[in-house]
Amino acid sequence: MALIDPARAAKPAYARIPYDWYMSDEIYAREQERIFRGPGWAYAALAVELPKHGDFVTTTIGDAPIVLVRRKDGTLAAFVNSCAHRGVRFCVKDRGNAKAFQCPYHQWTYDLGGKLIGVPFRKGIEGNGGMPADFDPAEHGLQTLAVTERGGVIFVSFDRSVEPFEEYLGETMLGYFDRVFNGRELRVLGYQRQRIESNWKLMFENIKDPYHASLLHVFLVTFGLFRADQPARVVMDALGRHACLVTQKGEQKINDATKEMASFIADFKLNGPELLDPVREFPGTTTVVMQTLWPNLIVQQQSNTLAVRQLVTRGPLAFELHWTYFGFADDDEAMTRRRLRQANLMGPSGFVSIDDSEVMELSQNGVSPYAGGAGFLEMGGTGTHDEEHMVTEAAIRGFYKHYREVLGL
Amino acid sequence: MMLAGISRDELETLYAAYADAADNDLERWPMLFTDHCLYRVVSRENYELGLPLSTMSAESRGMLLDRVVAIARINVHKPRAMRHLYSALRVLDDSRDGTRVASHFAIFESPHGGATSVFAAGRSFDVVVREDGALRFREKVCVYDGDLVSGSLIYPF
Repeated sequence: MALIDPARAAKPAYARIPYDWYMSDEIYAREQERIFRGPGWAYAALAVELPKHGDFVTTTIGDAPIVLVRRKDGTLAAFVNSCAHRGVRFCVKDRGNAKAFQCPYHQWTYDLGGKLIGVPFRKGIEGNGGMPADFDPAEHGLQTLAVTERGGVIFVSFDRSVEPFEEYLGETMLGYFDRVFNGRELRVLGYQRQRIESNWKLMFENIKDPYHASLLHVFLVTFGLFRADQPARVVMDALGRHACLVTQKGEQKINDATKEMASFIADFKLNGPELLDPVREFPGTTTVVMQTLWPNLIVQQQSNTLAVRQLVTRGPLAFELHWTYFGFADDDEAMTRRRLRQANLMGPSGFVSIDDSEVMELSQNGVSPYAGGAGFLEMGGTGTHDEEHMVTEAAIRGFYKHYREVLGL
Repeated sequence: MMLAGISRDELETLYAAYADAADNDLERWPMLFTDHCLYRVVSRENYELGLPLSTMSAESRGMLLDRVVAIARINVHKPRAMRHLYSALRVLDDSRDGTRVASHFAIFESPHGGATSVFAAGRSFDVVVREDGALRFREKVCVYDGDLVSGSLIYPF
């Protein structure tokens, strides 16, 4: 008897996802080390959030709190929000302006670059105590991160061996990134924060999965915002770690495809049609680009609602989404109103996103008790190449192909 | 001072009716607003920063109706019961244009088969007017204190 079923062995491993990966503490620890603190560019903030000398924001990479700060020369510094003395998360504000950072516990003080500049009682008091004679503040600064910026978006990396951002994205992904972040000054419209009781990878899978969008999301389907029978593309970088779902708006009409979509409601009309009043603002006929960038970012362009969704992990069984909605500084009032209305599609209360946050929790509910099982990923075959349609799970396979390599699984 | 002719008793009755509609009879919820209205559920963070983004918003009774339809027919969500408590009503200002009322709220969530938890707590800033003899909200801005929404925010505040 063969030890391995030949039919199963013939399938690429990345067409299966062992359920254990959604719940294992050991896998989670390895993800923090190799993915979130490994050689990748993680989203940290928008540059417009910290324009002036001393402006800072606190944010979280994976589950690691960091501080991002604008220095006097205009450059950005990033360092861990964990005092070099005893590990206290010393900066408790979401954002602000500072001349220096001081830990509340023993008042160790750091400059805007994370350098240690003050240790109370370093010389002791009247000959008593104090740091040893060989204590060198230069050896006790905060761990710093590499920082880069493109199109007003700031990325950081714990691993300074990371390749330049442009190479990290690759030409195709960079093209879609630049499509939204095209050099116009951004304007933050507001934030949303949401905790979802499921493994973080389910969020990435969701945004790499055009198959579900046509079935789960009645709202998208009914109003033709995203539907399986519309022109669409699923594109990835060379490694499969980044991806885009690209499509264009269609009509609310019945055809062969909609007959298979139980979610299509032909007679559903909005009582408040002002919700959906999209205008074209980017070149070409594309109206939706959902971009997933390894390891923690989703760039959302659905009609005129633009947002970055930052993924923050909270152990293997929960994650947070930190949404930052934005427009452009030169948007007129009508465009800002339009963006704010369309924001009702997304977020913790989104006509579309509610389905996802609920289903991700149901996924975790159904996966956790059956840890020996595995997800099946063969829609559109077992390949990991770009596709010119939506009935495929290629981008999820691409993600897991890379994921397995990084984690050594 | 009662320029809009709205008594405290009437206000208490309106907020009780609001909680009743939100929890027990959602289809009635939009009827407690004027046709043109402003409804916002907004995080403390956005409110204090003066940022315009809401987590849920509507500018007409029609948009509120769409929320009700979405909850009933469109969105996939686990079954749950909600419970709204509105209290500490304070009249901030009263004029012919309407009565500005501030209140505190707490909202509890009880998943079917699960335990009850506090879903949100916060303040609301409202404008109440009399229309066709009935009191309605022309504005309701609900500012929730804890910025992190636990799960999905499906039902209105």
